Amino acid sequence: MADSAYISASDDDRKFTLNFGPQHPAAHGVLRMIMDLDGEVVERIDSHVGLLHRGTEKLLEYKTYLQGLPYFDRLDYVAPMNQEHAWCLAIERLLGIEVPRRAKFIRVLYSEIGRILSHMLNITTQAMDCGALAPITWGFEEREVLMGFYERASGSRMHSAYFRPGGVHQDLPPDLLDDISYFCSRFPDAIAHIEGLITENRIFKQRNVDIGVVDEKMIMEWGFSGVMVRGSGLAWDLRRSQPYEIYDEIPGEVFKVVVGNNGDNYDRYVCRMEEMLVSNDIMKWCIENMPEGEVLLAGSKVSPPRRGDMKRSMEALIHHFKLYTEGFHVPEGEVYACVEAPKGEFGVYLVSDGTNRPYRAKIRAPGYPHLAAMDHLCKGHMLADVSAILGSLDIVFGEIDR
Amino acid sequence: MIEALKELGEHISDSCADMVKSFHVSHGELTLVAERDSILRLSKFLKDDNQCVFETLIDICGVDYPERSQRFEVVYHFLSMRLNQRIRIKVFTDEAAAVPSLTGLHPSADWFEREAFDMYGIRFAGHPDMRRLLTDYGFEGYPLRKDFPLTGYTEVRYDDLEKRVVNEPVTLVQEYRNFDFLSPWEGMTKELPGDEKAESEADNG
Repeated sequence: MADSAYISASDDDRKFTLNFGPQHPAAHGVLRMIMDLDGEVVERIDSHVGLLHRGTEKLLEYKTYLQGLPYFDRLDYVAPMNQEHAWCLAIERLLGIEVPRRAKFIRVLYSEIGRILSHMLNITTQAMDCGALAPITWGFEEREVLMGFYERASGSRMHSAYFRPGGVHQDLPPDLLDDISYFCSRFPDAIAHIEGLITENRIFKQRNVDIGVVDEKMIMEWGFSGVMVRGSGLAWDLRRSQPYEIYDEIPGEVFKVVVGNNGDNYDRYVCRMEEMLVSNDIMKWCIENMPEGEVLLAGSKVSPPRRGDMKRSMEALIHHFKLYTEGFHVPEGEVYACVEAPKGEFGVYLVSDGTNRPYRAKIRAPGYPHLAAMDHLCKGHMLADVSAILGSLDIVFGEIDR
Repeated sequence: MIEALKELGEHISDSCADMVKSFHVSHGELTLVAERDSILRLSKFLKDDNQCVFETLIDICGVDYPERSQRFEVVYHFLSMRLNQRIRIKVFTDEAAAVPSLTGLHPSADWFEREAFDMYGIRFAGHPDMRRLLTDYGFEGYPLRKDFPLTGYTEVRYDDLEKRVVNEPVTLVQEYRNFDFLSPWEGMTKELPGDEKAESEADNG
């Protein structure tokens, strides 16, 4: 279960301290937990995070707004575009610009792809934490296809830097929408296959039902968001309650907020499964209703000029040079923009002093308060439940350590 | 929307006149500036009042303004899931003065306050377990302060002779290139070139 175990100097033979991680397969990255155990029962967990700390917030203060954008791909690297989205929304709100309609559809489409990417990784690794090794290989086949869509839109499978202030970087290539549409038509079957492996699996249920129960009081006190809230029966989804882009236009029969009942690991798993199907429906709806038009705010100072214009117009050439060296200036002010990322509320608190670089950018990662509650969640559980609970929290260290 | 936020701001500042310094609404967000020592009482009020119900603490973070006498801003974001509204509370502090900890009221404040301490050295009074969180074991300094250099002071490497990781002062092969785009060119002064001649002539004549 852990790398090393030693018996601490204690009168009681049953009590000991266990080091979990930082290189443990079930730690979902680099988490070190020091667990005080009484026999097999967890008494206290002291999580040591920060092993992947890269100082993103400090770096952002030294980069222009556009140069800062790719750092967001590297936060929750499982669903990169959802992070970029919050950054772009914050900048756009300070600049007071409106994104073209087609870009909004593309953003929603790709945010939902990101949601499937993240949930797919989470449920299959959670199954792996509980001993099932097959689902991850099946799930990653679908992820591979989706990352192909990322690549065809942005040129990169993971670190896409595709959402830009003012829209998205490039329009989608011609037959990409058809291919995504084809993917959407067969994705429910793929889910059904994986579901056949996990959902009614006796071992998976024994490891997850009634484990890590989250109630309403805990949600409020510990600042939970996303599936951690919905798994307990609260219909709280930022896409619905504080809609951004075109989420308020999506009809209710397409976009249903999935809620659980018991708030345990198993309900959260079921919520994620259902949410993937809802995301699939939203993607289909976006493709069917996708308007034609610009994808990046034309004629503004935040977007580059067309390559063709740069060949003829000196102004366009200067603008291009200034945009990629100095960048654009953002008016003074402060704003908190958040999106419903796959893991919960991902927010950016942006303070601008009117220059071309942020004065302060605070990243509010959803996994951070979830992991902070780990001690509270695991108290009284068995040692083996710790990895199941950790899997169900949906932890990615890129966003927690920043 | 903005009217509702203004009403909410007025309601809070009327009910807690001794704790709230001012409030304003901008970019569709309500910001309250509060007295540092009453932040715990204020957030208790925000949690319990039936027009506020800010039960979820979304975030706590510091912002550094070295030129101010109270150099740190501590910014709290609260969310009410029931009433679907948000609020931002700001308090001011410096290196020495401690901000009352919210851990008793919102357990999630634990890690947020530890991070603010780690990054800025902001003190929180009444926090049960104040240790560094994100930086390395044995790290010194407060990295998000504006006077902390981007490159840091030390760098680590694995020493093959000593067979361990060693900390050394940072050495840069090339100077960090920090472009200043705020002035069109370096050395620009307020007066135009040639103007100093006119002044000296006026003094002589």
